[in-house]
Amino acid sequence: MKQTDRIILDSIQFDLTIKRLAHQLIENHNNFSNTIIIGLQPRGTFLAERVVAELKAIDSSCNVQLGALDVTFHRDDYRRQGNPLVPNKTEMNFDIEEKNVILVDDVLFTGRTIRAGLDAMLAFGRPKKVELLVLINRRYERHLPIQANYIGKNVHTIVSERAKVTWAATDGEDKVILYTPEENE
Amino acid sequence: MSKLSVNHLLGIRYLTPEDINLIFETADHFKEVINRPIKKVPSLRDITIANLFFENSTRTKLSFEIAEKRLSADIINFSSSNSSVTKGETLIDTVNNILSMKVDMVVMRHPNPGAADFLSKHVDAKIVNAGDGAHEHPTQALLDAFSIREKYGDLKGKNVVIVGDILHSRVALSNIFCLKKLGANVKVCGPLTLMPKHINSLGVEVITDLKEALNWCDVAMMLRIQLERQDMKFFPSLREYSMLYGLDKSLLDSLDKEITIMHPGPINRGVEITSDVADSKQSIILNQVENGVAIRMAVLYLLAGKQN
Repeated sequence: MKQTDRIILDSIQFDLTIKRLAHQLIENHNNFSNTIIIGLQPRGTFLAERVVAELKAIDSSCNVQLGALDVTFHRDDYRRQGNPLVPNKTEMNFDIEEKNVILVDDVLFTGRTIRAGLDAMLAFGRPKKVELLVLINRRYERHLPIQANYIGKNVHTIVSERAKVTWAATDGEDKVILYTPEENE
Repeated sequence: MSKLSVNHLLGIRYLTPEDINLIFETADHFKEVINRPIKKVPSLRDITIANLFFENSTRTKLSFEIAEKRLSADIINFSSSNSSVTKGETLIDTVNNILSMKVDMVVMRHPNPGAADFLSKHVDAKIVNAGDGAHEHPTQALLDAFSIREKYGDLKGKNVVIVGDILHSRVALSNIFCLKKLGANVKVCGPLTLMPKHINSLGVEVITDLKEALNWCDVAMMLRIQLERQDMKFFPSLREYSMLYGLDKSLLDSLDKEITIMHPGPINRGVEITSDVADSKQSIILNQVENGVAIRMAVLYLLAGKQN
């Protein structure tokens, strides 16, 4: 970590935030019998898994379905970058027809990934309703009219900054940091 | 690694093992896509692809077309039989005229070996070789190796025998390159008259006894006798060929182990393979066709996304 990096959620706040998000979902979705949670690959799936684990910890009878959706083939910046975008695995072993879908991603910034996610999701049916859950909502730099229904934390950032979510399971610690990347990053 | 080392797919010869594995990993994702309720993704919606077929084809042409459509590319089709080629236009002129209509990629099948290489040096578009004479047929070899990988997990150390008309087969040559690059052991089997002169320099051994070859292998690729490319008699009769090199159920059942049967199509039932073998559960012929679409989607996706 560099001096300019700021921790915006440490591991305790991180845990509390996920617990709060889980409780908010329960308020709106009761027993989740008609609800599906879909994490956007690659990093939204970590959050989706954590949220589902939390839901099960609160109510062990909750058997909400969990999917992982890759948006690579639906992105609008393909061929605007130097190299082909590398896809991730999609695991959607169910139909979303007439279901309530909660899309999950770690950071909401320009909104373009979510736009691609909405498009990719429609290949699996016509859901009744779609909501969006994000851990970090970066304000002021939206490129598309997309807002989240459930927000872990709102942050005010300048464009050159990056928000990074790290996970205990893969990165060693649950935290969110804000940093300014080097020129070549 | 996320990009190919080449700008065109002209032959397996020019690919590295990393390239082949990248194509396979990408094809895994496309195989998932083509099994969705809505089988289409918008990745290539700003790309126009010309399919130029100067030689007959059913499977490859349809497979490329469907792969292009699943990627949302715009496509134009051309076959030489009803075109100005019969009026004496050269290949470069034909293609440059088509490219003036703002085409980004060309998929070409041509009866002359090296046609795709030649075109890639003279026109400004990405070229995919869909078969050039008896030279190479790279997407077929990729889908064959992908199908073996799907069945066995890995190609390393697997024994593959290619049976039949090796001399006239672009599928055989591309497959030999591809399988060897992935670490498989390859032998070829057939009458010596149908073996290329320098086949040993490719590092493959020739077996003339079919049963011996089948007992050695894990996978047998049966090839069609390409009568249309044969300008002289290479064996006395199809009936004799079939008796010595045709695969039937009794031969298959007499082997020590269960082997996998492949065929690139078109099948001449009753010549190189009997119907009961082609339709048996050991045959993965129709899996090959399904995988062909995923492989071609991966190739088009990776080439289109690469900036020169």
